[in-house]
Amino acid sequence: MSRRSIYKFRLFVADDTMNSNQAKANLTTLCERHLSGRFEIEVVDVFKEPQRAILEGIRMTPTLLKLSPLPIRRIVGTLIDTHRVIEALGLDTHVA
Amino acid sequence: MKLDGSSLATPLRKAPSGIIGFDEITGGGLPLGRTTLVVGGPGSGKTIFALQYLVNGARSFGESGIFVAFEETSKRVTANAESFNWQLPQLRRKKQLLFIDAQPNFDLVQTGDFDLCGMLAGLGLQAKQMKAKRIVFDALDIVLALLPDLSARRREIHRIHEWLMARELTCIITLKAAPDEPFSITQQPYGFMQFMMDCSVILNHSVVLGVSQRNMRLLKYRGSGFDENESPFVIGADGFDVAVVRVLGRANAKVTNERVTSGIKRLDTMLGGGYYRAACVLITGFPGTAKTTLSGAFAEAACKRGERTMFVSFDSDGTEVIRNLASVGIRLDRYLRSGLLHMVSARTIIGSAETCLVRIKAIALAHRARCLVIDPVSALSNTGNDMRPYGVGQRLIDWSKADRITLVCTSLLSEISGQAESDSLHISTLADTWIHLNYLVQAGERNRGMSIIKSRGTAHSNQVRELILSNAGVTLADIFTAGGEVLMGTMRWEKESAEQVASEVAEVAGKLSRVTLATQQAELQVRLKAVQTELIAKQVEKTLLTRSTASRKAVIRRGGERMRELRGADAPRRK
Repeated sequence: MSRRSIYKFRLFVADDTMNSNQAKANLTTLCERHLSGRFEIEVVDVFKEPQRAILEGIRMTPTLLKLSPLPIRRIVGTLIDTHRVIEALGLDTHVA
Repeated sequence: MKLDGSSLATPLRKAPSGIIGFDEITGGGLPLGRTTLVVGGPGSGKTIFALQYLVNGARSFGESGIFVAFEETSKRVTANAESFNWQLPQLRRKKQLLFIDAQPNFDLVQTGDFDLCGMLAGLGLQAKQMKAKRIVFDALDIVLALLPDLSARRREIHRIHEWLMARELTCIITLKAAPDEPFSITQQPYGFMQFMMDCSVILNHSVVLGVSQRNMRLLKYRGSGFDENESPFVIGADGFDVAVVRVLGRANAKVTNERVTSGIKRLDTMLGGGYYRAACVLITGFPGTAKTTLSGAFAEAACKRGERTMFVSFDSDGTEVIRNLASVGIRLDRYLRSGLLHMVSARTIIGSAETCLVRIKAIALAHRARCLVIDPVSALSNTGNDMRPYGVGQRLIDWSKADRITLVCTSLLSEISGQAESDSLHISTLADTWIHLNYLVQAGERNRGMSIIKSRGTAHSNQVRELILSNAGVTLADIFTAGGEVLMGTMRWEKESAEQVASEVAEVAGKLSRVTLATQQAELQVRLKAVQTELIAKQVEKTLLTRSTASRKAVIRRGGERMRELRGADAPRRK
């Protein structure tokens, strides 16, 4: 995997709830620490764009999708355990 | 304080489920715009119940619905429901029914808390697009179990509840309960759910004495009265069929004065014209008292009239029944061939009494039977448990009356139960006509006696008759009571012959005395004439005598005067 590959994330949240904010904050912190400069995060509010939640089959929120590099990975929750998130998403974190 | 109607809250509106029996138990269906919890062990029929609610909503009430499947995939759910003829693919095409697969992926990595907003957001859009009125969350416990703690579960339940309330969807949530303890749901971990639900239904599936029995019970129904008892149900060809003890309105089936023949002329006479149409006739008796024969005669007569008839036999095969009845001159085979008669060998029906009843109902409906024979109905109490047969008997009668089917059922009495003229299903109290058959053992013979114990609404003979079977058919003979003893069979024949001889003798004696009397009469008349003639003669004689006496007196007087004149000696008499 190239060091230069850009990580694309899509985070589905619901409204402005505590779970949503925690997930957003945890993801941003993680990316900034481990993927500095090579990540893109798109936040989708399921209540504002329910059609996209249906398309992606989102049942639980927050749900994080890693769209690239492939394979697509999916993780649910507030992403509180950084180590598990890194492991589950197969992130390349050599910089750390 | 006086309460008037306007000050009371408007009655709870209900969403009919269209499930046979359930709407009757609940007085109209599920609470409209509210949530109903359906709880039961594995295989208790939760999913079928919930799906049927949606299917009926779409097909019968024009309300589209969403089925959210948490456990089984929608593919499996639809495949399992294929046998019910619900036309799911058609409903899906017409967008009246939407399946949503929400099975959690167990490989899914989860870290930290989460909620179900994603699902609800999607559902909100879909419900709006298809204008859904009904929704089912099937096996919600699956997704709740993923939530980290009780407070999170509680929060999500609240979330779903509020989401539903805001959209005024009538919802069914199904939950699994431990198989042995269906009531565990009222305790943790889902106990708190009970308080958010307006109606909760418990389904259970148990085995009593080796026979499967399904029951439904309403635990609560806010703001509505309901039937609190357990109601047996079966899952039949069209889904749920909940047995209801008495359906209001249906109980007052239209009565008729039309009579149908029992197939035996003299029995019709005894009943004052036959059985009533749509009546329930019970024939009780010990084994071999010709119960089947009597019901066979009824079936034959019904076929002769061209009425579609169904004969359910628990004892033997249909062909055996036909052969046996042919031996007493009851020919059913031709009607079987023409399709007018349907023989059902009920030994093939396996299951509880309820299952049997539902199967019988289904077959009768398919055959469009107007006359039904169940031989013997007491078999219903054997298959299964003793706890319920009363309900079965009652429902059998309710149903046959409502569908205007004339029902003849036989009931076996065991020798041990003694002379008690009653039956195990307690149909006797409900039956309109009750005919009892028994044996009379006398002078080395066993003869069949028949009596009518009751027959509602008809004058009926109180006499015991002797039932005689021959290859010419069934007849009833008068019995003899002599010295307080009932005579049948040979003794009756002897008595009959003796009577006949006696009557012949009496007739001859009568003739004789008539002749004698005639003679005496003639004699007397002759004598009377003679005496009358004599009387006339005497009268004439008497007149004659009187007259001659008078003339003599006159002669004497005139003679005296003449002599005085002639003598002249005497002075004229002066007075």
